[in-house]
Amino acid sequence: MKKSVFLGTLAATTVLAGFASAATLDDVKARGELICGVNTGLVGFAAPDANGNWQGFDVAVCKAVAAAVLGDASKVKYVPTTGETRFTALASGEIDLLSRNTTWTFSRDTDLKFTFVGVNYYDGQGFMVRKDLGVSSAKELDGATVCIQTGTTTELNLADFFKVNNMTYQPVPINTNAEGEQQYLAGACDAYTTDASGLAATRAVFADPENHIILPEIISKEPLGPLVRHGDDQWADIVRWTLNALIAAEEYGVTSANVEELAKGTNNPEINRMLGTEGDLGTMIGLDKDWAKRAIAATGNYGEVFAASIGESTPIGLARGLNAQWTQGGLLYTPPFR
Amino acid sequence: MSDLHAQTAPFVRDTMLPPDPPPAMQSGAVKWLRENLFSGWLNTLLTIAGLAAILFLVQKFLPWFLHSVWDAGSITECRAIIEERWGPGAEGACWAVIRERWPQFLYGFYPAELYWRPVLAFGLLLIAIGPILFTQSQRAATIFIALIAALTVVSILALGQYNVLALVFVAALVAVQVYAPRRLMIFTLLYPAVGFWLLWGGSVWVPVVAVLGFVLGWLAFSLVQPRGGSILAVVAAVLVPTFWWLFAAGPVAGALQGVVPLGIEAVRSDRFGGFVLALTIGVTGIAFSLPIGIILALGRRSDMFLVKTLCVGFIEFIRGVPLITLLFTASLLLNYFLPPGTNFDIILRVIIMVTLFASAYIAEVIRGGLAALPRGQYEAADALGLDYWKAQRLIIMPQALKISIPGIVSSFIGLFKDTTLVIFVGLLDPLKGITDAVRASIEWKGAYWEPYIFVGVIFWIICFSMSRYSMYLERLLKREHR
Repeated sequence: MKKSVFLGTLAATTVLAGFASAATLDDVKARGELICGVNTGLVGFAAPDANGNWQGFDVAVCKAVAAAVLGDASKVKYVPTTGETRFTALASGEIDLLSRNTTWTFSRDTDLKFTFVGVNYYDGQGFMVRKDLGVSSAKELDGATVCIQTGTTTELNLADFFKVNNMTYQPVPINTNAEGEQQYLAGACDAYTTDASGLAATRAVFADPENHIILPEIISKEPLGPLVRHGDDQWADIVRWTLNALIAAEEYGVTSANVEELAKGTNNPEINRMLGTEGDLGTMIGLDKDWAKRAIAATGNYGEVFAASIGESTPIGLARGLNAQWTQGGLLYTPPFR
Repeated sequence: MSDLHAQTAPFVRDTMLPPDPPPAMQSGAVKWLRENLFSGWLNTLLTIAGLAAILFLVQKFLPWFLHSVWDAGSITECRAIIEERWGPGAEGACWAVIRERWPQFLYGFYPAELYWRPVLAFGLLLIAIGPILFTQSQRAATIFIALIAALTVVSILALGQYNVLALVFVAALVAVQVYAPRRLMIFTLLYPAVGFWLLWGGSVWVPVVAVLGFVLGWLAFSLVQPRGGSILAVVAAVLVPTFWWLFAAGPVAGALQGVVPLGIEAVRSDRFGGFVLALTIGVTGIAFSLPIGIILALGRRSDMFLVKTLCVGFIEFIRGVPLITLLFTASLLLNYFLPPGTNFDIILRVIIMVTLFASAYIAEVIRGGLAALPRGQYEAADALGLDYWKAQRLIIMPQALKISIPGIVSSFIGLFKDTTLVIFVGLLDPLKGITDAVRASIEWKGAYWEPYIFVGVIFWIICFSMSRYSMYLERLLKREHR
């Protein structure tokens, strides 16, 4: 009896909390600030610079949404979240939006009651080994010691991969990326496994990157993307279409440099609709018609963001690969702006 | 005759022979070595093993420290410099990461042009507690306060942000200490409001109105006591300020700010980080956990059933739960239950949890001190006709606290180090939060040991000072003749 009363109260509170945050857009506008959950620090994706300004690939999504909704990309309060706190922070309403290299999985989408609004980076788990180990494929890693971050999907993927291939391994559990690098360099493990983007960033700053290779096998799918709470579809639409606008802008050649000019009108109706010179897509999601223009002007299109934070011209040097536009053989494909 | 005598007179030495030096094996360094390091085959073996270990460590780490680089823009640059100076394959420390990012380790993301405020707040804190630290010696207190004041002024000037008002204020406090030492205690009492205002900024009326709550409580107490007795007075003294803070304080502060707009730039909690955050949480926790701990300890020994049960329940619950659980509760679970839109500051929530956590431990430490007092002390207090509170204040507590000093200080040190756990709720503590944030920039990714060493050294300095102070206090309060 008592227990059910308690559970009932809990459920009622949750429902109330759900109701209360139903209009995230109004909350954000009233507050004049977007509260965005980010990583506590991940090279290229989210990191504060020497002056405390957050920068990176995931941070750009926050900035774009803030620009679209509030008209100012700087009106974001960044809440650094850890792997443990990120979902509770979003569910409890502490943050409006989580943009923290989070893998879109079935259970997170359904059981945890979140809405993944899209994918901003297609990642996958890979392995890095020392060159003198003489291994050229992950299938030759039988009996190896592997440094693995605990409590992540990578840990489960690793177990699956070795099981499927009838191999054994000895895990060396680590807590953070920095610790993993240190253990790997100190020779505590033969192989280091994490997302391929992380491996590339890690290898890039080694003293002797030429002595380490990233094995060609990618053993998992890690579609990383921003997510919001269930139950507020308008807010999910805003975030989804802001991300789509950045991706579409690259496809149509709209950049932060020429967006002002193109917004005066072009002969491409798709661009015109996106930038608000034709139709009124903005009002359909509760914003004005310049929302996409502001987002693109604030951060640049997807390609510009990629190049500035993690692309080949940066020390991290990630190739576009799967993250190229569909016209270039990648997976980025936005539904039409119509 | 005399001849004979002269020849037969025995030889009498009239000066002492100089003492022979002791045998070489029994003197000086050799003796010390024989006695302390090589006094048997086992000890000889251990000594040799110890020396080998030290040699190994020095040989391993000394080059790393000697090959330090302070001047570089990134870890790759550091490595290039080390290779160029000490040849290929040389390893060295890259302190350049500290040199470039030290403000972040100290201040987090506090606005750079306002660094003087945390510095001043910290300096004023030390000045405020000066009279408490050195109650026994006026002179020591004055020297300490003058020293801290000078350091504060120098630090603010070194930051290049000199603020005349702040400097004058510090000088005025030193003058008060010199000419009217007891008056400085007023500042000590007001310090929490001053410190809060300096750190968070904003309207000056917020802390003023908050302090007013205490004044109202005191007024209520002194008005009710003659008419309604102590218990009613205590109730009034609790209720009146609570209502004031909950309902009246906000509007009054707003109205005052409207009439007389006075204030400094507000700094939000998410800008806090590094040692500013650790010290804010640690110092507040330390300051409030001691009184709460004393009350809990007394409550636990109380004869009143309800008080005792509540105190025991609280202490055992808090001590039985890991601090991280409490922090998670504070940061995440509370949001489900608070009315939507409530903006309950995250640092405040963490401070409350840390304080409650520490006070449960302090309560047990003090209970140990109370238990160590002989019964005679309590009976003596009764015999003197003192009431409960007077007996506690004049007889029991001074002795119990003195016995508990080592335990209390251990708890304080533990509490201060526990502030690094706030990383789990997304606050950027100096040890892991800021370190990870710094390492997340591509320039410094791979700088592993240097930030840890830097932060560890600062923690060690602070904790070691606390420990030394507690030993000083113990010596000072030693009354027994042992």
